[in-house]
Amino acid sequence: MVELLKVENLTKKFGPLTAVDNISFKVDKGDVLGFLGPNGAGKSTTMKMITGFLTPSSGTAIVCGKDILDEPIKVKKSIGYLPEGAPLYGDMTAGSFLNFVAEMRGINKKDRPKVIENIIEKINLNEVVFRPIETLSKGFKRRVGLAQAMLHDPELLILDEPTDGLDPNQKFEVRQLLKDLSKNKAIVISTHILEEVDAVCSRAMVIAKGKLLADSTPNGLRKEFSDKDSLDSIFRKIVLER
Amino acid sequence: MSSIFFIFKRELATYFLTPVAYIFLVIFLAALGSFTFFLGNFFTRGQADLQVFFSFHPWVYLFLIPAIGMRLWSEERKTGTIELLMTLPVTAFEIVIAKFLAAWFFSFIALCLTFPMWISVNILGSPDNGVILASYIGSFLMAGALISLVSCISASTKSQVIAFILSVSISFIFLMAGLEIILSIFKSWAPALIINIISSLSILSNFQQITKGVIDLRELIFFTSMILGFLFVNKYLVELKKSK
Repeated sequence: MVELLKVENLTKKFGPLTAVDNISFKVDKGDVLGFLGPNGAGKSTTMKMITGFLTPSSGTAIVCGKDILDEPIKVKKSIGYLPEGAPLYGDMTAGSFLNFVAEMRGINKKDRPKVIENIIEKINLNEVVFRPIETLSKGFKRRVGLAQAMLHDPELLILDEPTDGLDPNQKFEVRQLLKDLSKNKAIVISTHILEEVDAVCSRAMVIAKGKLLADSTPNGLRKEFSDKDSLDSIFRKIVLER
Repeated sequence: MSSIFFIFKRELATYFLTPVAYIFLVIFLAALGSFTFFLGNFFTRGQADLQVFFSFHPWVYLFLIPAIGMRLWSEERKTGTIELLMTLPVTAFEIVIAKFLAAWFFSFIALCLTFPMWISVNILGSPDNGVILASYIGSFLMAGALISLVSCISASTKSQVIAFILSVSISFIFLMAGLEIILSIFKSWAPALIINIISSLSILSNFQQITKGVIDLRELIFFTSMILGFLFVNKYLVELKKSK
């Protein structure tokens, strides 16, 4: 197993509030890790630290063998990241935005058109390439966000609520895409939608109030709680009881 | 290094994607032209020089530089795109420099478009073109100093309106620092040394020195250190405020 992400005692404090409290875990190649937790649990904050947007208060993470504190630029190169809410430059067209990301990702001028064309094909963005992003529907915006994260074929994908705002068909497509990609990548997604964990994740982690409460497979969680019905009730049990 | 260029290119293109660039250029040129001809009595002065033209630059910049710089960071923070930008493989300082250069280059385009003034004055008489060139360089440096200041303020707030108002006020203080209106506030209590320091921080007096036709090392150092100083503060502010 190739270990692509190793989080070690990661902690983030905002003044008196501890948003992420001493979290450690590993993600191997081929894993799709689902981050579960109520709103404000610290899922996004953890992702922001791994991707180098926030500096941890203590602890660190190793991405593809490189420490996020020592080699932030190299780490950022090997990650594809969809931030919470999929922020995008609304003034730009989807095509010129993807071109900008390709430039920033250091893709050669020669290869750029092909790389962009591939991702547009993969994520079905053909009809919106020349439209300003601010005029796109929520679903298309999210897909442009996914496209920019996957553009440079990163080893580690970190996606904060990748299917939020998509219709059922689009959700299905994105999940299918994540499954296809997972063979030679490590993927971390955060979600509130528990059926999504069942559908794509090989592992599920439950976080609440900054603490790691459970780390198992979706089926493992079921066994542990001898609950055959739904992940929803397990989720409630974990978050409320522990 | 190439990241700086790509961000520079994107920022510059953004000005022209929205009407901002065109409105700015039209108002900048119209304001400078009308001030020079009507307020400055360009024709009745009977002198073939651009002294009046340049004397209005600080006052036009006072309102228009905040208008081009206010969105540099506040918009990124408001829309959340700052997270996207800062998780790309690029350092915060590179982004600060790229954004500053884009706004500065935009002001350079505006300045270049005032060339008909230079042509008219050369048709009307034989001005000292050395003085005019020095004044243009001085105006460009002044624009740079003000843009670095505005960019800094833009990084400190999510609201473009607040960024604009603060930028105009603080730019005004830096422009006027050498004049009685600002110095009188300090004269009653501050020692002479402090008053000297404050008056030497005046953008206006440093610019006026250059428009006399001599670019002294003193003024060059003043403007470069001002630009670099604000860019460092800018970087610090970006990292402090990015997640808030």
